[in-house]
Amino acid sequence: MPVFASVVLVLIVVGALALVASGIWWFTPLASNWNEIDGALLITLGVIGIAFVTLNLFLAYLILRYRAREQERAQFIPDNPKIEKILIGITALGIIILLAPGLFAYSRFISPPRDAMIVEVVGEQWRWTYRYAGPDGKLGRAHPKLISPKNPFGVDIADPAAQDDILSYTELHLPVNRPVLLHIRSKDVIHSFFIPHFRAKMDAVPGMVTHYWFVPTRAGKFQAVCAELCGIGHHRMHSPVIVESLEKFQEWLAKQPTVAATVKP
Amino acid sequence: MSHHDHHQSFWTRYIFSQDHKVIAIQYTVTALFIGLVGLVLSWLMRLQLGFPGEFRFLNPGSYYQILTQHGMIMIVYLLTAILLGGFGNYLIPLMIGARDMAFPFLNMLSYWVYLLSVIVLVAAFFVPGGPTGAGWTLYPPLSALPNAAPGSGWGIKLMLVSLVIFIASATMGGLNYVTTVLQCRTKGMTLMRMPLSVWGIFIGAAMALLAFPALFVGGVMLLLDNLLGTSFFIPAVTLFGQQLPREGGNPLLFQHLFWYFGHPEVYVVILPAMGIASELIATHSRKPIFGYKAMVIAMAAIAVIGFLVWAHHMFVSGMNPYFGFFFAVSTLIIAIPSAVKVYNWLLTLWRGKIQFNTPMLFGIGWISTFIIGGLTGLPLGNVIADVPLHDTYFVVGHFHLVMGVAALMAIFGGIYHWFPKVTGRMFNETLGKLHFWVTFVGAYMIFFPMFLLGILGVPRRYFDFEALQYLPTQTAGLNIVITIAALIVGAAQVVFLVNLIWSAVRGRRAESNPWHATTLEWQTPTTPPPHGNWGAETPTVYRWAYDYSVPGAERDFIPQNVPATPTVPAGTARTV
Repeated sequence: MPVFASVVLVLIVVGALALVASGIWWFTPLASNWNEIDGALLITLGVIGIAFVTLNLFLAYLILRYRAREQERAQFIPDNPKIEKILIGITALGIIILLAPGLFAYSRFISPPRDAMIVEVVGEQWRWTYRYAGPDGKLGRAHPKLISPKNPFGVDIADPAAQDDILSYTELHLPVNRPVLLHIRSKDVIHSFFIPHFRAKMDAVPGMVTHYWFVPTRAGKFQAVCAELCGIGHHRMHSPVIVESLEKFQEWLAKQPTVAATVKP
Repeated sequence: MSHHDHHQSFWTRYIFSQDHKVIAIQYTVTALFIGLVGLVLSWLMRLQLGFPGEFRFLNPGSYYQILTQHGMIMIVYLLTAILLGGFGNYLIPLMIGARDMAFPFLNMLSYWVYLLSVIVLVAAFFVPGGPTGAGWTLYPPLSALPNAAPGSGWGIKLMLVSLVIFIASATMGGLNYVTTVLQCRTKGMTLMRMPLSVWGIFIGAAMALLAFPALFVGGVMLLLDNLLGTSFFIPAVTLFGQQLPREGGNPLLFQHLFWYFGHPEVYVVILPAMGIASELIATHSRKPIFGYKAMVIAMAAIAVIGFLVWAHHMFVSGMNPYFGFFFAVSTLIIAIPSAVKVYNWLLTLWRGKIQFNTPMLFGIGWISTFIIGGLTGLPLGNVIADVPLHDTYFVVGHFHLVMGVAALMAIFGGIYHWFPKVTGRMFNETLGKLHFWVTFVGAYMIFFPMFLLGILGVPRRYFDFEALQYLPTQTAGLNIVITIAALIVGAAQVVFLVNLIWSAVRGRRAESNPWHATTLEWQTPTTPPPHGNWGAETPTVYRWAYDYSVPGAERDFIPQNVPATPTVPAGTARTV
């Protein structure tokens, strides 16, 4: 039994590493500026990977080496402050190694650049819709109490900044290599706007506007999904995200309806 | 206080009993029963995920209802109830040399109120609309608005009422456990001589007393939002194109209340499990637990810091993003006392004489699964790494391994370990080992691949993955493997139940101390111990709980109630 147990533990470690090494299920190819997120996550996974392998192999060794044998007696070792201090030191060091770059990357994640293009994301059961600021670069005021079938975003038509806002009910289009700051809202329950290729995610909470920013770095078609349970359509709440050249983006944007043309009080 | 010789009827002895041991068995049997329901629910979910569309009775609505009930049942009604109500009740008085709990009547009441909460919980399966499908986290507005989620009529209300009843029960139980440990220890049983099981249950129960009130408050407010149309958690919302007459509330308030309970709740479960695992590992490697004092301090540290980490569940909730720095640091600090515990279990095995019986196998399984489960908490606590991983399968793998599988390893190991004392009979070792190997290896097969799915970005709580365009084609195959592993692991639990029931009736008669253990529960005059536990005199304690393999001693264990004499040295650690 001890030999068997030891072998099983080693096989679990080998199997786990093999599954990781197969590379079948791993990060989607990054399509945003957030290589810092990948970096912090990889460092963290590296540190815990080393700990996982070391501790399990040590456990496998212990149960093989110290299995009950007639002639031997266990040693009375109630503690050893020196070993304990060394181990606490190593653990603290490991945590600093993964936490420091993590906090640094996080501070960048929550500091959007001033020149970022603002796009509003509005979640509802079970779709994502989008509002662009239009030529004036400003999103018009909106309020949940103004939402109606004719005014699905709840835009305040009295606000001059709202007139030129542009609406998209299906797709999110973004120009490549330009910083984007999302303003995220929800009409009903909590959703979460997650684009795996961009690594970023934030809940859409009714009654609040939440934010995150990124720079799409690669043209292509990606997918936004919902990451917060929002009812029976949760698993079908997704939307195409199209990253394209600035010209193509502006061409697309020009074809979308504006608030002035479509929203009635 | 010596009512062990009272003449008792069947009803007062076995049903409305005030004996902590009978109440412990009642708690354990009820918790295992409802846990079995939770297990079957997990099978249904895995059937859908492994074979989407094959089982027509599973639709998104029923899937989310099953998912919600599974989570709540396993965390609250199985794990919390069995560890505090089951192990806490059985072990505290016996291990500290008391005749019973401080408040036996309250103890009995605690069980019956718990049973009521389970009945109300199960009733939700039979009401119009069925149980709530808002997820075990019950986030409003989803859980508060009519028709937003399945079971938004009767289902959610019964769930909240059941939780409120459970909290009443847990409060009665918790006050009892804490008071008993503080007030009812026998002569010589100082706090620093208590076995780590008692420490774990004691600190876990104290945490429960401080954490559950937050859930109580949140639950009552959510119930009012549901029943009376208040708006504690509801801002102005439009549901299915209709403006609702609600405004002014804040959904994040509920999340803070929920996780102020929810994270300490993890430790309410894990600390007793840590204590039990310590007993398994020390006893069956015939060695003192390594660093007893460090183990106690680590548990206390986990308990204190455990109340300061709750918002790591809310890194992408929309709360003030600057909170992320604080909660990431506090969360990763808690890894240090947790790691100390892992090192000390490993170092307890080091130079030991390891007995490969079923309880020890579960002790080893506990160490391994706690390692993988605990370590995978680090990326989730490291705020920026949580951003991509949050609400993906990485989280599912993490909490199932650390709070589900690891805790169950300790629970199963503990049940096998104390089975001879509880029933007076031995369990079947072969079936026990079969149960262990299938559960242990199977758990890795089920949950390890989920880490990779999470890294890939697969969101959790999805009825199917058809809409996701970035999944490799092999993912369907992986989901089938996970499902088959889950079915087999589930079946192994039937082996466990058969073993328990058969052995309790037909098992070989057990000696009173079959493991040659040092702690007081193994030194009772009769086995199983009668009501009152100790005969004429309660034991006197002369040493700490871990005098195993003391140099110069005749045998490799010295019970706590054996005085130090020239032939029986006091091996007590210098730190105690």
